[in-house]
Amino acid sequence: MISKLPLTQNINAARDPVNLEAYEANHGYQAARKAVLEMSPDDCLQVVKDSGLRGRGGAGFPTGMKWSFVPMNTDSQGNNVSDGHKYLICNADEMEPGTFKDRLLMECDPHQLIEGMILSAWTIQADVAYIFIRHEYHFASKLLQDAIDACYAKGYLGKDIFGSDFNLELYVHSSAGRYICGEETALISSLEGKRANPRAKPPFPQISGLWGRPTIVNNVETLCNITHIIRNGAQWYKTLGIGQDHGTKLFGVSGRVKNPGCWELPMGTPIRELIEQHAGGMQDGYKLRGFLPGGASTDFLVEEHLDLAMDYDVIGKAGSRLGTGTMIILDDKTCPVGMTKNLVEFFAQESCGFCTPCRDGLPWSAQVLDDIESGNGIPADLNTLQNQVRFIGAIGNTIVL
Amino acid sequence: MNQSTKTNSTKKESTENDNSQANARTISSILTAPELAEIDHEISHAPTRSAVAIDALKIVQKHHGWVSDESLSGLADYLDMSTAELDGIATFYSLIYRKPVGEKVISLCNSVTCWIKGYAQLEKHISRQLGVGLGETTTDNRYTFLPAPCLGACDRAPVMMVGEETHLDLTPEKINQILEIKGGQQG
Repeated sequence: MISKLPLTQNINAARDPVNLEAYEANHGYQAARKAVLEMSPDDCLQVVKDSGLRGRGGAGFPTGMKWSFVPMNTDSQGNNVSDGHKYLICNADEMEPGTFKDRLLMECDPHQLIEGMILSAWTIQADVAYIFIRHEYHFASKLLQDAIDACYAKGYLGKDIFGSDFNLELYVHSSAGRYICGEETALISSLEGKRANPRAKPPFPQISGLWGRPTIVNNVETLCNITHIIRNGAQWYKTLGIGQDHGTKLFGVSGRVKNPGCWELPMGTPIRELIEQHAGGMQDGYKLRGFLPGGASTDFLVEEHLDLAMDYDVIGKAGSRLGTGTMIILDDKTCPVGMTKNLVEFFAQESCGFCTPCRDGLPWSAQVLDDIESGNGIPADLNTLQNQVRFIGAIGNTIVL
Repeated sequence: MNQSTKTNSTKKESTENDNSQANARTISSILTAPELAEIDHEISHAPTRSAVAIDALKIVQKHHGWVSDESLSGLADYLDMSTAELDGIATFYSLIYRKPVGEKVISLCNSVTCWIKGYAQLEKHISRQLGVGLGETTTDNRYTFLPAPCLGACDRAPVMMVGEETHLDLTPEKINQILEIKGGQQG
């Protein structure tokens, strides 16, 4: 019987970490072994494309399509003719305020992520991989390093893995702070030892990423999904969602609800079910006023949106974004202006400082919101806010709405 | 101030005499053997020396608690970078401390969910109990009190870290226990 909730199938209520022995006892590393020994990179890519998996870091870009832009350097017989390194990077810099899902996956089942990374590296023929993890996740870093060491000892990482001629080195890189590192081009700059300034695309990292070489950056949860997609197939994966998108997702609810938490549920689970059933509804004495569906940079939704499905396009059409799928509840006793000011202060502080609208516009917006909150606002403040944020993107919308 | 002027002028003279010897002297007196061994290990799997800048800053900080001007310029020499470039990196990253910190850093999350669940009250409480504001170190040098961006445990908000430990579901009473503050004592 294959679990309907594959990502958390090994995780118990006490969140005990799963070691290599326990992981292997439940089909662990069978998919990686099979792929490396019996499947071509093209076969694997096709399965991921067919699965319809979309990136779980927040943008929801189709993973198979993202990978398909990596040059494969094959000769006319289809043999790999490597002309240098290719890189796979796991984005474990979970810093979007209100987001606490990748921590769960890394602190409980590190081998699920490592197997997903072996499969992904095989598919794009990367020979070096990094887990870029935020500094504060000390426990997860140590657990991952121990798991990686165990894999090297068994020949699952390093030279000729699983007895094939495929090599993969995997390193854990612990960051030094800054939210902007979660953006893929900034993350690459940081991994190169520089200031984490993002850059305009193209060139896309698939062509010119780390050290100018082809690079894929994927979120922790995305890579964990790969393990199960290759293990059980695209058709199976498609049966897991109950809406338009496929698979399962780690959803979370935080704020003044009775039972805040993080749960693996089918893609397309209705918002109402998340808040009322899994999170236990609002705490006594508090009413729901609105919510950010997927982290601090997703626009507010309100009560009329409660019956929407947590799918990328459905939430997008409602004027927000699914984001990381971890929602933050605004209750009736919390000031919406104050909450927005808190969000803006975060983005102002975490701005890399490179572009003027963000570097100067966000502190100005925070100041205006502070005036409004303290009763010193004037009608023209609303125009100022709109002017300041029109070039900033998602967070700009959050402020204006 | 006098000391740093002196260091600079000494360094300038030696640079004029023999660059590499001077560097070796400066570095060996600033960066210790264990630090250099850890930094060399990072360099061994990096394409350039400057690529390990962030790791090296973290190594120095692990050994000294923070990154002083002297460590910074010694490290810059060792990584073939200018001090200005390395300082640009060091000051960009919020978890590289360019000022001394206490034995442990208290990082109190001030992001949205913790803010909703009582951040302001807890900030006041810690300030009052320890006698320090955000960015300050207690007179006994035990704690430096800093705000932190979302620590990724919002289901258990409010949250803080003390050193490498994460503490969940905070209340003023729980904070007193964690920080070993006895009944309303002023720091």
